[in-house]
Amino acid sequence: MLYAILCYNVEDVVSGWSKDEDDAVMARLAVVEDRLAKAGRLGPVARLLPTTAATTLRKGTGEPVVIDGPFAETKEQLLGFYLVDCATLDEALETARELTRANPGTGSYEIRPVAVYHPAIGAS
Amino acid sequence: MTDTAWISAALAAARPQAIGALLRYFRDLDLAEEAYQDACLRALKAWPKNGPPRDPAAWLIFVGRNAAIDAVRKRKHHQALPEDDVLADDDGDAESRVVARLDEADYRDDILRLLFICCHPALAPTHQIALALRIVSGLTVRQIARAFLVSEAAMEQRITRAKGRIASGEIPFETPGPQERAERAGVVAAMIYLVFNEGYSASGGGEASMRTPLCDEAIRLGRLLLRIFPTDPEVMGLVALMLLQHARSSARFAANGEAILLDDQDRGLWNRTMIAEGLALIDKAMRHRQVGSYQVQAAIAALHARAATPKDTDWAQIELLYATLELLQPSPVITLNRAVAVSKTRGAQAALDMVEPLADRLGGYFHFFGLKGNLLLQLGRTEEARIAFDRAIALANSPAEAAHIRMHLDRLLAEAQAASAS
Repeated sequence: MLYAILCYNVEDVVSGWSKDEDDAVMARLAVVEDRLAKAGRLGPVARLLPTTAATTLRKGTGEPVVIDGPFAETKEQLLGFYLVDCATLDEALETARELTRANPGTGSYEIRPVAVYHPAIGAS
Repeated sequence: MTDTAWISAALAAARPQAIGALLRYFRDLDLAEEAYQDACLRALKAWPKNGPPRDPAAWLIFVGRNAAIDAVRKRKHHQALPEDDVLADDDGDAESRVVARLDEADYRDDILRLLFICCHPALAPTHQIALALRIVSGLTVRQIARAFLVSEAAMEQRITRAKGRIASGEIPFETPGPQERAERAGVVAAMIYLVFNEGYSASGGGEASMRTPLCDEAIRLGRLLLRIFPTDPEVMGLVALMLLQHARSSARFAANGEAILLDDQDRGLWNRTMIAEGLALIDKAMRHRQVGSYQVQAAIAALHARAATPKDTDWAQIELLYATLELLQPSPVITLNRAVAVSKTRGAQAALDMVEPLADRLGGYFHFFGLKGNLLLQLGRTEEARIAFDRAIALANSPAEAAHIRMHLDRLLAEAQAASAS
Protein backbone atom coordinates (compact mmCIF):
# COMPACT_ATOMS: atom_id res chain seq x y z
CA MET A 1 0.00 0.00 0.00
CA LEU A 2 1.20 3.45 -0.89
CA TYR A 3 1.61 6.00 1.88
CA ALA A 4 2.34 9.69 1.67
CA ILE A 5 4.70 10.87 4.40
CA LEU A 6 4.12 14.61 4.68
CA CYS A 7 6.93 16.52 6.36
CA TYR A 8 5.94 19.39 8.63
CA ASN A 9 8.42 21.64 10.41
CA VAL A 10 8.96 25.27 11.39
CA GLU A 11 10.25 26.67 8.14
CA ASP A 12 12.07 29.52 9.90
CA VAL A 13 14.17 26.94 11.71
CA VAL A 14 14.86 24.88 8.60
CA SER A 15 15.71 27.92 6.49
CA GLY A 16 18.02 29.06 9.29
CA TRP A 17 20.25 26.00 8.93
CA SER A 18 23.68 26.79 7.58
CA LYS A 19 24.56 25.25 4.23
CA ASP A 20 26.73 22.66 6.00
CA GLU A 21 23.95 21.68 8.38
CA ASP A 22 21.44 21.47 5.53
CA ASP A 23 23.83 19.37 3.44
CA ALA A 24 24.44 17.04 6.40
CA VAL A 25 20.69 16.48 6.93
CA MET A 26 20.13 15.92 3.22
CA ALA A 27 23.00 13.41 3.10
CA ARG A 28 21.54 11.44 6.01
CA LEU A 29 18.05 11.50 4.46
CA ALA A 30 19.58 10.31 1.17
CA VAL A 31 20.81 7.17 2.97
CA VAL A 32 17.26 6.37 4.05
CA GLU A 33 15.95 7.14 0.56
CA ASP A 34 18.59 4.89 -1.03
CA ARG A 35 17.60 2.00 1.17
CA LEU A 36 13.92 2.47 0.28
CA ALA A 37 14.75 2.81 -3.42
CA LYS A 38 16.84 -0.40 -3.40
CA ALA A 39 13.91 -2.21 -1.78
CA GLY A 40 11.70 -0.87 -4.59
CA ARG A 41 9.55 1.02 -2.10
CA LEU A 42 10.33 4.67 -2.92
CA GLY A 43 8.03 6.83 -5.02
CA PRO A 44 8.51 10.51 -5.79
CA VAL A 45 10.19 12.71 -3.19
CA ALA A 46 9.86 16.51 -3.09
CA ARG A 47 11.20 19.36 -1.00
CA LEU A 48 9.09 22.51 -1.27
CA LEU A 49 10.21 26.14 -1.42
CA PRO A 50 9.17 28.46 1.46
CA THR A 51 5.47 29.17 1.97
CA THR A 52 6.14 32.81 1.06
CA ALA A 53 6.54 31.55 -2.53
CA ALA A 54 3.12 29.85 -2.38
CA THR A 55 -0.11 30.95 -4.04
CA THR A 56 -3.50 29.49 -3.19
CA LEU A 57 -6.48 29.16 -5.51
CA ARG A 58 -9.60 29.05 -3.39
CA LYS A 59 -12.78 27.71 -4.92
CA GLY A 60 -16.10 29.30 -4.10
CA THR A 61 -19.44 29.87 -5.69
CA GLY A 62 -18.07 32.09 -8.44
CA GLU A 63 -14.65 32.35 -10.06
CA PRO A 64 -11.91 30.81 -7.88
CA VAL A 65 -9.98 33.47 -5.93
CA VAL A 66 -6.20 33.71 -6.03
CA ILE A 67 -4.69 34.25 -2.58
CA ASP A 68 -1.06 35.07 -1.86
CA GLY A 69 0.51 32.61 0.52
CA PRO A 70 -0.13 29.06 1.70
CA PHE A 71 -3.55 27.46 2.16
CA ALA A 72 -3.34 27.65 5.95
CA GLU A 73 -1.23 29.68 8.39
CA THR A 74 0.17 27.09 10.77
CA LYS A 75 2.99 26.91 13.32
CA GLU A 76 4.59 24.10 11.34
CA GLN A 77 4.51 24.23 7.56
CA LEU A 78 4.35 21.51 4.90
CA LEU A 79 7.95 21.48 3.67
CA GLY A 80 8.02 18.33 1.57
CA PHE A 81 6.76 14.80 1.10
CA TYR A 82 7.69 11.22 0.32
CA LEU A 83 5.61 8.54 -1.34
CA VAL A 84 6.58 5.17 0.08
CA ASP A 85 5.23 1.66 -0.48
CA CYS A 86 4.54 0.08 2.93
CA ALA A 87 2.83 -3.19 3.73
CA THR A 88 1.33 -1.93 6.99
CA LEU A 89 0.93 1.22 9.03
CA ASP A 90 3.69 -0.09 11.31
CA GLU A 91 6.06 -0.24 8.38
CA ALA A 92 5.09 3.32 7.37
CA LEU A 93 5.67 4.47 10.96
CA GLU A 94 9.05 2.75 11.00
CA THR A 95 10.00 4.55 7.77
CA ALA A 96 8.96 7.87 9.31
CA ARG A 97 11.02 7.01 12.41
CA GLU A 98 14.04 6.45 10.19
CA LEU A 99 13.48 9.89 8.69
CA THR A 100 13.23 11.34 12.21
CA ARG A 101 16.53 9.78 13.22
CA ALA A 102 18.14 11.29 10.10
CA ASN A 103 16.60 14.70 10.82
CA PRO A 104 16.11 15.29 14.56
CA GLY A 105 14.70 18.42 16.21
CA THR A 106 11.10 19.62 16.07
CA GLY A 107 8.63 18.80 13.33
CA SER A 108 6.14 16.09 12.47
CA TYR A 109 5.59 13.46 9.81
CA GLU A 110 1.97 12.99 8.83
CA ILE A 111 1.38 9.51 7.45
CA ARG A 112 -1.50 9.37 5.00
CA PRO A 113 -2.52 6.34 2.94
CA VAL A 114 -2.76 7.21 -0.75
CA ALA A 115 -6.09 6.67 -2.49
CA VAL A 116 -5.20 7.39 -6.12
CA TYR A 117 -1.74 7.60 -7.63
CA HIS A 118 -0.80 8.37 -11.25
CA PRO A 119 2.91 7.71 -11.62
CA ALA A 120 3.10 8.90 -15.25
CA ILE A 121 4.66 12.32 -15.04
CA GLY A 122 5.47 14.56 -17.97
CA ALA A 123 7.62 17.09 -16.14
CA SER A 124 11.20 16.38 -15.23
CA MET B 1 22.46 17.53 13.02
CA THR B 2 23.76 17.78 16.55
CA ASP B 3 21.57 18.96 19.39
CA THR B 4 23.42 22.24 19.72
CA ALA B 5 23.27 22.99 15.99
CA TRP B 6 19.55 22.34 15.97
CA ILE B 7 19.01 24.37 19.15
CA SER B 8 20.94 27.35 17.88
CA ALA B 9 18.94 27.29 14.62
CA ALA B 10 15.69 27.12 16.63
CA LEU B 11 16.76 29.96 18.93
CA ALA B 12 17.74 32.16 15.99
CA ALA B 13 14.48 31.42 14.18
CA ALA B 14 12.37 32.27 17.24
CA ARG B 15 14.32 35.42 17.98
CA PRO B 16 12.23 38.10 16.18
CA GLN B 17 8.99 36.74 17.56
CA ALA B 18 10.33 36.24 21.09
CA ILE B 19 11.97 39.67 21.35
CA GLY B 20 8.91 41.26 19.74
CA ALA B 21 6.61 39.73 22.37
CA LEU B 22 9.00 40.56 25.24
CA LEU B 23 9.12 44.12 23.98
CA ARG B 24 5.33 44.20 24.17
CA TYR B 25 5.53 43.18 27.86
CA PHE B 26 8.42 45.39 28.95
CA ARG B 27 8.43 48.29 26.45
CA ASP B 28 12.19 48.38 26.90
CA LEU B 29 14.52 47.13 24.21
CA ASP B 30 17.42 46.33 26.55
CA LEU B 31 15.21 44.46 28.99
CA ALA B 32 13.55 42.49 26.16
CA GLU B 33 16.93 41.55 24.74
CA GLU B 34 18.26 40.57 28.17
CA ALA B 35 15.16 38.45 28.83
CA TYR B 36 15.58 36.69 25.49
CA GLN B 37 19.28 36.00 26.18
CA ASP B 38 18.40 34.66 29.60
CA ALA B 39 15.74 32.37 28.12
CA CYS B 40 18.26 31.13 25.52
CA LEU B 41 20.73 30.16 28.25
CA ARG B 42 17.99 28.24 30.03
CA ALA B 43 16.97 26.60 26.72
CA LEU B 44 20.54 25.39 26.17
CA LYS B 45 20.33 23.65 29.55
CA ALA B 46 16.74 22.39 29.40
CA TRP B 47 16.19 21.36 25.78
CA PRO B 48 18.88 18.70 25.44
CA LYS B 49 17.53 17.15 28.66
CA ASN B 50 13.76 17.47 28.10
CA GLY B 51 13.66 17.48 24.32
CA PRO B 52 12.66 20.44 22.19
CA PRO B 53 9.44 22.24 23.21
CA ARG B 54 6.50 22.08 20.84
CA ASP B 55 6.68 25.82 20.24
CA PRO B 56 10.19 27.18 20.86
CA ALA B 57 9.13 30.84 20.53
CA ALA B 58 6.35 30.48 23.11
CA TRP B 59 8.76 28.69 25.48
CA LEU B 60 11.31 31.49 25.13
CA ILE B 61 8.71 34.20 25.65
CA PHE B 62 7.31 32.53 28.74
CA VAL B 63 10.66 31.69 30.33
CA GLY B 64 12.20 35.01 29.28
CA ARG B 65 9.34 37.01 30.71
CA ASN B 66 9.51 35.24 34.05
CA ALA B 67 13.27 35.57 34.18
CA ALA B 68 13.11 39.29 33.46
CA ILE B 69 10.38 39.90 36.02
CA ASP B 70 12.53 38.09 38.58
CA ALA B 71 15.58 40.06 37.57
CA VAL B 72 13.71 43.35 37.95
CA ARG B 73 12.33 42.22 41.30
CA LYS B 74 15.76 41.13 42.41
CA ARG B 75 17.21 44.50 41.52
CA LYS B 76 14.46 46.19 43.51
CA HIS B 77 14.18 43.95 46.54
CA HIS B 78 17.28 41.75 46.40
CA GLN B 79 14.94 38.79 46.32
CA ALA B 80 16.38 35.38 45.48
CA LEU B 81 15.92 34.00 41.97
CA PRO B 82 14.02 30.72 41.70
CA GLU B 83 16.10 27.71 40.74
CA ASP B 84 16.59 27.17 37.01
CA ASP B 85 14.86 23.81 37.18
CA VAL B 86 11.73 25.27 38.71
CA LEU B 87 11.37 27.61 35.75
CA ALA B 88 12.40 25.13 33.13
CA ASP B 89 10.08 22.38 34.33
CA ASP B 90 7.17 24.65 34.98
CA ASP B 91 6.61 25.32 31.30
CA GLY B 92 3.99 22.66 30.49
CA ASP B 93 0.56 24.14 31.09
CA ALA B 94 1.76 27.68 31.38
CA GLU B 95 3.45 27.40 28.00
CA SER B 96 0.21 26.20 26.44
CA ARG B 97 -1.56 29.23 27.85
CA VAL B 98 0.99 31.53 26.27
CA VAL B 99 0.64 29.67 22.98
CA ALA B 100 -3.11 30.10 23.11
CA ARG B 101 -2.74 33.82 23.65
CA LEU B 102 -0.12 34.19 20.96
CA ASP B 103 -2.42 34.04 17.99
CA GLU B 104 -1.53 35.08 14.50
CA ALA B 105 -2.47 38.73 15.09
CA ASP B 106 -0.09 39.02 18.04
CA TYR B 107 2.65 37.35 16.05
CA ARG B 108 2.31 39.86 13.24
CA ASP B 109 1.96 42.88 15.51
CA ASP B 110 4.93 41.94 17.70
CA ILE B 111 7.28 41.49 14.77
CA LEU B 112 5.92 44.54 13.02
CA ARG B 113 6.43 46.69 16.12
CA LEU B 114 9.98 45.42 16.49
CA LEU B 115 10.80 46.15 12.83
CA PHE B 116 9.14 49.56 12.96
CA ILE B 117 11.06 50.59 16.08
CA CYS B 118 14.39 49.48 14.63
CA CYS B 119 13.58 51.21 11.33
CA HIS B 120 11.97 54.35 12.67
CA PRO B 121 12.32 57.16 10.10
CA ALA B 122 13.80 59.37 12.86
CA LEU B 123 16.85 57.07 12.97
CA ALA B 124 19.55 57.45 10.31
CA PRO B 125 19.62 54.53 7.84
CA THR B 126 23.05 53.42 9.15
CA HIS B 127 21.57 53.27 12.67
CA GLN B 128 18.47 51.40 11.46
CA ILE B 129 20.68 48.79 9.84
CA ALA B 130 22.92 48.38 12.89
CA LEU B 131 19.93 48.07 15.21
CA ALA B 132 18.00 45.65 13.00
CA LEU B 133 20.99 43.37 12.54
CA ARG B 134 21.74 43.42 16.26
CA ILE B 135 18.21 43.14 17.66
CA VAL B 136 16.17 41.36 14.98
CA SER B 137 18.84 39.20 13.34
CA GLY B 138 20.91 38.69 16.48
CA LEU B 139 24.29 39.25 14.84
CA THR B 140 26.99 40.17 17.34
CA VAL B 141 28.38 43.71 17.39
CA ARG B 142 31.67 42.21 16.22
CA GLN B 143 30.03 40.49 13.23
CA ILE B 144 28.20 43.68 12.22
CA ALA B 145 31.34 45.79 12.62
CA ARG B 146 33.34 43.40 10.44
CA ALA B 147 30.65 43.30 7.76
CA PHE B 148 30.55 47.10 7.60
CA LEU B 149 34.32 47.42 7.79
CA VAL B 150 34.24 49.67 10.86
CA SER B 151 35.74 49.17 14.31
CA GLU B 152 33.81 47.27 16.93
CA ALA B 153 33.86 50.32 19.21
CA ALA B 154 32.35 52.51 16.49
CA MET B 155 29.59 49.99 15.81
CA GLU B 156 28.90 49.56 19.52
CA GLN B 157 28.53 53.31 19.82
CA ARG B 158 26.18 53.44 16.82
CA ILE B 159 23.91 50.82 18.40
CA THR B 160 24.04 52.40 21.85
CA ARG B 161 23.08 55.78 20.41
CA ALA B 162 20.17 54.34 18.45
CA LYS B 163 18.95 52.47 21.53
CA GLY B 164 19.33 55.64 23.57
CA ARG B 165 17.03 57.53 21.24
CA ILE B 166 14.43 54.80 21.55
CA ALA B 167 14.74 54.64 25.35
CA SER B 168 14.35 58.43 25.59
CA GLY B 169 10.78 57.99 24.37
CA GLU B 170 11.43 59.89 21.16
CA ILE B 171 10.31 56.86 19.20
CA PRO B 172 6.80 55.57 19.95
CA PHE B 173 6.22 51.91 20.81
CA GLU B 174 2.73 51.79 19.35
CA THR B 175 2.31 50.15 15.96
CA PRO B 176 1.04 52.77 13.53
CA GLY B 177 -2.40 52.63 11.94
CA PRO B 178 -3.17 50.92 8.63
CA GLN B 179 -2.39 53.96 6.45
CA GLU B 180 1.01 54.58 7.92
CA ARG B 181 1.91 50.88 7.91
CA ALA B 182 2.43 50.60 4.17
CA GLU B 183 4.68 53.65 4.20
CA ARG B 184 6.69 52.35 7.15
CA ALA B 185 6.96 48.94 5.49
CA GLY B 186 8.71 50.81 2.68
CA VAL B 187 11.29 52.12 5.17
CA VAL B 188 11.88 48.58 6.47
CA ALA B 189 12.19 47.28 2.89
CA ALA B 190 14.73 50.01 2.10
CA MET B 191 16.76 49.08 5.20
CA ILE B 192 16.72 45.41 4.15
CA TYR B 193 17.85 46.24 0.62
CA LEU B 194 20.68 48.40 2.00
CA VAL B 195 21.84 45.44 4.10
CA PHE B 196 21.68 43.24 1.00
CA ASN B 197 23.68 45.68 -1.09
CA GLU B 198 26.36 45.99 1.57
CA GLY B 199 26.89 42.25 1.18
CA TYR B 200 26.41 42.17 -2.57
CA SER B 201 28.80 45.03 -3.33
CA ALA B 202 31.68 43.30 -1.54
CA SER B 203 34.44 42.38 -3.94
CA GLY B 204 35.80 38.84 -4.23
CA GLY B 205 38.14 37.01 -1.89
CA GLY B 206 38.34 37.53 1.86
CA GLU B 207 36.20 40.65 1.84
CA ALA B 208 33.31 38.76 0.23
CA SER B 209 33.45 35.93 2.75
CA MET B 210 33.16 38.53 5.51
CA ARG B 211 30.33 40.49 3.94
CA THR B 212 28.16 38.07 1.93
CA PRO B 213 26.47 36.72 5.09
CA LEU B 214 24.70 40.10 4.97
CA CYS B 215 22.95 38.91 1.78
CA ASP B 216 21.60 35.80 3.54
CA GLU B 217 20.53 37.89 6.50
CA ALA B 218 18.76 40.42 4.24
CA ILE B 219 16.88 37.60 2.50
CA ARG B 220 15.85 36.21 5.89
CA LEU B 221 14.58 39.64 6.97
CA GLY B 222 12.83 40.01 3.60
CA ARG B 223 10.94 36.75 4.07
CA LEU B 224 10.00 37.88 7.58
CA LEU B 225 8.57 41.14 6.18
CA LEU B 226 6.78 39.17 3.45
CA ARG B 227 5.04 37.00 6.02
CA ILE B 228 3.70 40.14 7.69
CA PHE B 229 2.74 41.73 4.36
CA PRO B 230 1.93 38.59 2.33
CA THR B 231 -0.03 40.48 -0.35
CA ASP B 232 2.34 43.42 -0.88
CA PRO B 233 3.77 43.07 -4.39
CA GLU B 234 6.74 45.36 -3.63
CA VAL B 235 7.79 43.17 -0.70
CA MET B 236 7.52 40.14 -3.01
CA GLY B 237 9.57 42.09 -5.55
CA LEU B 238 12.23 42.91 -2.97
CA VAL B 239 12.65 39.29 -1.88
CA ALA B 240 12.61 38.11 -5.52
CA LEU B 241 15.25 40.70 -6.44
CA MET B 242 17.55 39.67 -3.61
CA LEU B 243 17.17 35.95 -4.36
CA LEU B 244 17.77 36.37 -8.09
CA GLN B 245 20.88 38.48 -7.52
CA HIS B 246 22.26 36.34 -4.71
CA ALA B 247 21.70 33.20 -6.84
CA ARG B 248 24.63 34.34 -8.98
CA SER B 249 27.07 34.85 -6.12
CA SER B 250 29.16 31.70 -6.78
CA ALA B 251 29.69 32.80 -10.38
CA ARG B 252 30.51 36.47 -9.82
CA PHE B 253 34.19 36.22 -8.95
CA ALA B 254 37.17 34.33 -10.35
CA ALA B 255 39.48 32.44 -8.00
CA ASN B 256 41.84 35.44 -8.03
CA GLY B 257 39.02 37.73 -6.82
CA GLU B 258 38.48 39.35 -10.21
CA ALA B 259 34.88 40.26 -11.02
CA ILE B 260 33.21 38.21 -13.77
CA LEU B 261 30.54 40.08 -15.73
CA LEU B 262 27.12 38.56 -16.32
CA ASP B 263 27.87 37.58 -19.94
CA ASP B 264 30.99 35.67 -18.93
CA GLN B 265 29.59 33.90 -15.86
CA ASP B 266 29.30 30.11 -15.73
CA ARG B 267 25.51 29.83 -15.50
CA GLY B 268 25.89 26.29 -14.20
CA LEU B 269 27.10 27.86 -10.94
CA TRP B 270 23.91 29.85 -10.47
CA ASN B 271 21.79 28.61 -7.56
CA ARG B 272 18.71 27.10 -9.23
CA THR B 273 16.71 26.80 -6.00
CA MET B 274 17.06 30.52 -5.27
CA ILE B 275 16.18 31.30 -8.89
CA ALA B 276 13.05 29.13 -8.70
CA GLU B 277 11.92 30.92 -5.54
CA GLY B 278 12.72 34.34 -7.02
CA LEU B 279 10.82 33.59 -10.23
CA ALA B 280 7.79 32.31 -8.27
CA LEU B 281 7.76 35.51 -6.22
CA ILE B 282 8.08 37.91 -9.16
CA ASP B 283 5.32 36.03 -11.00
CA LYS B 284 3.11 36.39 -7.92
CA ALA B 285 3.95 40.09 -7.60
CA MET B 286 3.20 40.94 -11.24
CA ARG B 287 -0.32 39.55 -10.92
CA HIS B 288 -1.14 42.52 -8.68
CA ARG B 289 -0.49 45.00 -11.50
CA GLN B 290 0.91 47.61 -9.12
CA VAL B 291 4.25 48.53 -10.57
CA GLY B 292 7.10 49.38 -8.20
CA SER B 293 10.85 49.69 -8.43
CA TYR B 294 11.76 46.45 -6.61
CA GLN B 295 9.44 44.52 -8.91
CA VAL B 296 10.90 46.12 -12.03
CA GLN B 297 14.45 45.39 -10.90
CA ALA B 298 13.44 41.82 -10.00
CA ALA B 299 11.80 41.43 -13.41
CA ILE B 300 15.09 42.49 -15.05
CA ALA B 301 17.01 40.00 -12.90
CA ALA B 302 14.40 37.35 -13.79
CA LEU B 303 15.00 37.86 -17.52
CA HIS B 304 18.71 37.25 -16.98
CA ALA B 305 17.95 34.21 -14.82
CA ARG B 306 15.62 32.72 -17.44
CA ALA B 307 18.22 33.04 -20.24
CA ALA B 308 20.08 29.73 -20.64
CA THR B 309 22.95 31.51 -22.40
CA PRO B 310 23.80 35.24 -22.68
CA LYS B 311 22.53 35.35 -26.26
CA ASP B 312 19.10 34.11 -25.13
CA THR B 313 18.67 37.26 -23.02
CA ASP B 314 15.57 39.28 -23.89
CA TRP B 315 17.38 42.63 -24.10
CA ALA B 316 14.42 44.41 -25.73
CA GLN B 317 12.27 43.59 -22.71
CA ILE B 318 15.10 44.59 -20.37
CA GLU B 319 15.40 47.95 -22.11
CA LEU B 320 11.66 48.50 -21.63
CA LEU B 321 11.93 47.63 -17.94
CA TYR B 322 14.84 50.06 -17.47
CA ALA B 323 12.75 52.73 -19.22
CA THR B 324 9.98 52.02 -16.67
CA LEU B 325 12.49 52.22 -13.84
CA GLU B 326 13.72 55.58 -15.19
CA LEU B 327 10.15 56.88 -14.89
CA LEU B 328 9.74 55.50 -11.37
CA GLN B 329 13.04 56.79 -10.00
CA PRO B 330 14.90 58.95 -12.53
CA SER B 331 18.66 58.56 -12.11
CA PRO B 332 21.61 58.75 -14.48
CA VAL B 333 22.81 55.35 -13.22
CA ILE B 334 19.56 53.77 -14.43
CA THR B 335 19.95 55.50 -17.79
CA LEU B 336 23.46 54.04 -17.92
CA ASN B 337 22.03 50.56 -17.33
CA ARG B 338 19.42 51.14 -20.00
CA ALA B 339 22.23 52.07 -22.37
CA VAL B 340 23.76 48.62 -21.83
CA ALA B 341 20.48 47.07 -23.01
CA VAL B 342 20.35 49.53 -25.94
CA SER B 343 23.87 48.52 -26.99
CA LYS B 344 22.60 44.93 -27.32
CA THR B 345 19.42 45.80 -29.23
CA ARG B 346 20.33 48.86 -31.30
CA GLY B 347 24.10 48.83 -31.28
CA ALA B 348 27.01 50.65 -29.69
CA GLN B 349 26.43 54.01 -31.39
CA ALA B 350 22.85 54.32 -30.14
CA ALA B 351 24.06 53.43 -26.65
CA LEU B 352 26.94 55.91 -26.80
CA ASP B 353 24.52 58.67 -27.82
CA MET B 354 22.58 57.90 -24.63
CA VAL B 355 25.67 57.70 -22.42
CA GLU B 356 27.52 60.82 -23.52
CA PRO B 357 25.01 63.37 -22.15
CA LEU B 358 25.48 61.77 -18.69
CA ALA B 359 29.12 62.89 -18.51
CA ASP B 360 28.36 65.90 -16.28
CA ARG B 361 26.52 63.88 -13.66
CA LEU B 362 28.54 60.67 -13.80
CA GLY B 363 31.99 62.24 -14.22
CA GLY B 364 33.18 60.52 -11.04
CA TYR B 365 31.57 57.15 -11.65
CA PHE B 366 33.66 54.10 -12.47
CA HIS B 367 30.95 52.28 -14.45
CA PHE B 368 30.30 55.32 -16.65
CA PHE B 369 33.84 55.26 -18.01
CA GLY B 370 33.91 51.47 -18.11
CA LEU B 371 30.81 51.35 -20.34
CA LYS B 372 31.92 54.34 -22.41
CA GLY B 373 35.29 52.71 -23.05
CA ASN B 374 33.60 49.47 -24.01
CA LEU B 375 31.23 51.15 -26.46
CA LEU B 376 34.06 53.16 -28.02
CA LEU B 377 36.06 49.96 -28.34
CA GLN B 378 33.14 48.29 -30.14
CA LEU B 379 33.03 51.27 -32.53
CA GLY B 380 36.75 50.95 -33.26
CA ARG B 381 37.60 54.30 -31.60
CA THR B 382 40.50 52.76 -29.69
CA GLU B 383 42.34 55.92 -28.65
CA GLU B 384 39.20 57.41 -27.04
CA ALA B 385 38.47 54.02 -25.50
CA ARG B 386 41.92 53.97 -23.92
CA ILE B 387 41.32 57.40 -22.35
CA ALA B 388 37.95 56.26 -20.94
CA PHE B 389 39.49 53.07 -19.52
CA ASP B 390 42.30 55.08 -17.89
CA ARG B 391 39.67 57.24 -16.17
CA ALA B 392 37.78 54.11 -15.08
CA ILE B 393 40.90 52.62 -13.47
CA ALA B 394 41.53 55.85 -11.61
CA LEU B 395 37.96 55.70 -10.25
CA ALA B 396 37.81 51.96 -9.50
CA ASN B 397 36.37 51.12 -6.08
CA SER B 398 38.28 47.88 -5.72
CA PRO B 399 41.33 46.10 -7.15
CA ALA B 400 38.92 43.65 -8.85
CA GLU B 401 37.22 46.47 -10.76
CA ALA B 402 40.55 47.93 -11.81
CA ALA B 403 41.79 44.51 -12.91
CA HIS B 404 38.76 44.04 -15.10
CA ILE B 405 39.37 47.31 -16.94
CA ARG B 406 43.08 46.54 -17.23
CA MET B 407 42.08 43.40 -19.10
CA HIS B 408 40.44 45.58 -21.77
CA LEU B 409 43.45 47.89 -21.85
CA ASP B 410 45.83 44.96 -22.24
CA ARG B 411 43.78 43.74 -25.14
CA LEU B 412 43.96 47.17 -26.77
CA LEU B 413 47.71 47.22 -26.25
CA ALA B 414 48.12 43.71 -27.69
CA GLU B 415 46.04 44.63 -30.72
CA ALA B 416 48.08 47.79 -31.25
CA GLN B 417 51.31 45.79 -31.07
CA ALA B 418 49.95 43.17 -33.45
CA ALA B 419 48.94 45.91 -35.87
CA SER B 420 52.36 47.58 -35.78
CA ALA B 421 54.14 44.24 -36.19
CA SER B 422 52.18 43.27 -39.31
